Amino acid sequence: MAIRPPPSGGLLADGVPRRTVALLAILFAALLIAPWIVNDYLVTILILILYLAYTGQAWNIMMGFAGQLSLGHALYAGLGAYIAAALFTQFDIAPWLGFLAAMPVAAASGAIIGFLAFRFGVTGVYFAILTIAFAEFARIGFDHLGVVNASAGLFLPVAQYAHNDLWHLRGGPRMFYYVILTATVLAFILCRVLLNSRVGYFWLAIREDEQAARAAGIDTFRYKMYAVMISAAVTSFAGVFYAFFYNNLFPEQVFNISRSIEMILGPIIGGVGTLFGPILGAFVLTGLAETLNSAMAAFGVDLPGAKQVLYGICLLLVVMALPAGIWPWLSRRLGLTEDLR
Amino acid sequence: MTVLLSLERVSKRFRGLVAVDDVSFEVPGGALFAVIGPNGAGKTTLFNMIAGAMAPDGGTITFAGEPIGGLTPDAVCRRGLARTFQLVRPFPGLSVEDNVIVGALLHRRDVAAAREHAQALLRRLDLFDKRRQLAATLTLADRKRLEVARALATEPRLLLLDEVMAGLRPTETDRMVATLRALNRESGLTILLIEHVMRAVMALASRVMVLDHGTMIAEGAPETVVRDPAVVQSYLGQSSLDIRAV
Repeated sequence: MAIRPPPSGGLLADGVPRRTVALLAILFAALLIAPWIVNDYLVTILILILYLAYTGQAWNIMMGFAGQLSLGHALYAGLGAYIAAALFTQFDIAPWLGFLAAMPVAAASGAIIGFLAFRFGVTGVYFAILTIAFAEFARIGFDHLGVVNASAGLFLPVAQYAHNDLWHLRGGPRMFYYVILTATVLAFILCRVLLNSRVGYFWLAIREDEQAARAAGIDTFRYKMYAVMISAAVTSFAGVFYAFFYNNLFPEQVFNISRSIEMILGPIIGGVGTLFGPILGAFVLTGLAETLNSAMAAFGVDLPGAKQVLYGICLLLVVMALPAGIWPWLSRRLGLTEDLR
Repeated sequence: MTVLLSLERVSKRFRGLVAVDDVSFEVPGGALFAVIGPNGAGKTTLFNMIAGAMAPDGGTITFAGEPIGGLTPDAVCRRGLARTFQLVRPFPGLSVEDNVIVGALLHRRDVAAAREHAQALLRRLDLFDKRRQLAATLTLADRKRLEVARALATEPRLLLLDEVMAGLRPTETDRMVATLRALNRESGLTILLIEHVMRAVMALASRVMVLDHGTMIAEGAPETVVRDPAVVQSYLGQSSLDIRAV
């Protein structure tokens, strides 16, 4: 946790040291030109990284800012994926319009979970269990939902497109790369604006001490509901992207708890509640997995499960050495005086 | 002076135990009203009912002409009653300034305006130089001052202080007393405090109410109350002779 940057007025970069702005600009420029330098395989890896950076940021709104632990974010991504894909395959409705339909559905399902939990005092790990339960309901429900082909899976038509069709999200890796890059940048901006706003302060107060927050006049129910709904709505876009990038959806996969865990590992490794942590975490995690892959191949190691064990050990070491995540430590090392949280 | 807060026959039971029994009193606007009494007298229970942390089983609590008994703590705060906690609870992971900004945002939409208000309060409570520190790193005395600052930031008409002097050194107590007196004098802020530190009560309170076993045994001007035989017997004991000398 860190000290907030000094006064933030209208401009986004207000109160952010030049050095930080410069570093962000360099990173952004590098990401902008990356697909023209690296090969298609690496572009796919970068897409995965940005996807996890995006979902990590969405989850961070709820847990990192408002202190509400969700272990069922696969639900919101899954709803986004299924709604957009079904509208596209059945009615030829473009995914962007599908997203507009999916967003309120995801927010509403977040609101239902939030209402049940916050109204009846379900908190902490019990709240987390409730979020898992709803994701499981969805998994089992969609497994039997004929209109989206139940457990047999929903497939999007994959045709060879001569050119990229951004409106229908049909095209090559580069197009998808820029879509998810844009989404990640927008999510970053949204998070910064939220964190420096009135609602952001109220979320942090709730995260720190809910009873004290109430004593300071904050309607904690209402602000926790905002956190769940905004987080769910943002997450739903990740699902839309997932559906059109992978072109196939199975309830067993989309709503699986491992999808939810995937989303939260990045922020935890990078730094829960920080703005840049989820992005850094996504790079570190995917980078680590890919490095292990190539290292094992290079050394000719062919033990099943060895990669997963090494991966787990690495994560354990990071969490033990830097329990607050890598970003708070790294930002100090970079002399960024802990801004950007 | 008009009555700002009034309690009428307020009671609270925990299972068989009657924590607060049929208590009535009035706090006039602009008063420095102290509630004293031995441990377990029901002071904190009484305080929690006023602050909305628990609902009374009987009786009515009226604030500025409006019944507030049974309202939630946040609703009570929005009506103009701000509290501190007996065991301090600032937001530990936030800076001192951010702690106060949270309070200031209650009646302000704009963060910059809230920050300005917060900084003025931090100056007033001698915390301005520490505004960038995390609240968790403050000393107890500073955390208590921070809680007062956060409560004040919500712009209350009545400030509820739950043993704000406990654990402070005499010099720190005097500093807190001076701050509260100044707030009361300059802005007419009404203060209701639960206090064990008689040094502070005698220096601060314009009225004192004594609670024992959940019932009110005395109420009045501090000098009169400390001479009350019932009060001396149940709470103050012989040491009250020394306190009168303070």
